[in-house]
Amino acid sequence: MVRVALIFDRIRWEEKALLAAARELNVDMIPIDAKDVFFEITSDGNLVCKGADGALQRCVSYFRGLHIAAILETFSLRVVNPFQVSLICGNKLLTTLALVKAGVPTPMTFVAFSVDGAMRALNKLGLPAVLKPIIGSWGRMVSPLTDFMSSRALFETMSEMGPLYKIFYIQDMINKPQRDIRTFVIGDEVVAAIYRYAKEGEWRTNTARGGRAVPCPLTDELVDISLKAANAVGGGVLGVDIMESENGLLVHEVNSTIEFKNTVPVTGVDIPGLIIRYVKDLVRR
Amino acid sequence: MGRQVSCPECYAQIEVADDVIVGEIIECPDCGVELEVVEVNDEGVKVRVAEVEEEDWGE
Repeated sequence: MVRVALIFDRIRWEEKALLAAARELNVDMIPIDAKDVFFEITSDGNLVCKGADGALQRCVSYFRGLHIAAILETFSLRVVNPFQVSLICGNKLLTTLALVKAGVPTPMTFVAFSVDGAMRALNKLGLPAVLKPIIGSWGRMVSPLTDFMSSRALFETMSEMGPLYKIFYIQDMINKPQRDIRTFVIGDEVVAAIYRYAKEGEWRTNTARGGRAVPCPLTDELVDISLKAANAVGGGVLGVDIMESENGLLVHEVNSTIEFKNTVPVTGVDIPGLIIRYVKDLVRR
Repeated sequence: MGRQVSCPECYAQIEVADDVIVGEIIECPDCGVELEVVEVNDEGVKVRVAEVEEEDWGE
């Protein structure tokens, strides 16, 4: 029987569904609370996962999961998603670079490292724009920039919040419907897609902000751009965020610790089962 | 029938589902604090106050 360590820091609906799918698919899943273990990284960093054929990394905390993946991989355990994939997906700047390098259409983006630099970038890009922290999720601190005066004030405030926030990632605000698209990629297959409609009074479409999930038909174009984006970051179990711009589809984010509690009920797609199947096949190779 | 656990924040008696597992988050209906299940055995369920959202949390 294949044994897979489930590295978690919070058992959410998703982790419960993954555990249930593992039972059904005859995978021995060993839940490991990342908060309760330690790793001796100078000798055998894999002791906590002893006997496991691979690990499914599901930490809500990005830095926690990322560093655990680094440890486990160093000591020869296969991790889904791999360290390198999580590293890129967890950082919007690195994601944009990977997308650009792979020729995946993405919104025009400027990066600056000081308030003055950010103002010059904004002048060049034009209004309206969006400021996003390079690390972070669920739409947290994603801010619309609609005038220069308050944009400067926001840049100044952000620059007081620590070194990561002094990296100003400024993106063109895309004129699009009040929704975006999230596709789910597992290996080389796009298994599901949803539209995410922003809730009333909210411009961000994140389901963590109350965005509503509605099934979205998987067109050839969506499948193609999703696979290209997933491959650009290294592939695995991924959530690709896509906007419908006036000039076609644009990928603005690829997520590596996907949530699917809103997607499974509306699409009927067994995402947890498909993830477990993918992990099982991967670690058996 | 569920099991009971005392909220470490407000000491309310909380009913916990039978199928609860370690790592799961439950919310105290009285004070609203999020509690993490840390132990489940024949004697009962143990909880601690769960971590609060950090800036690196998400997908």
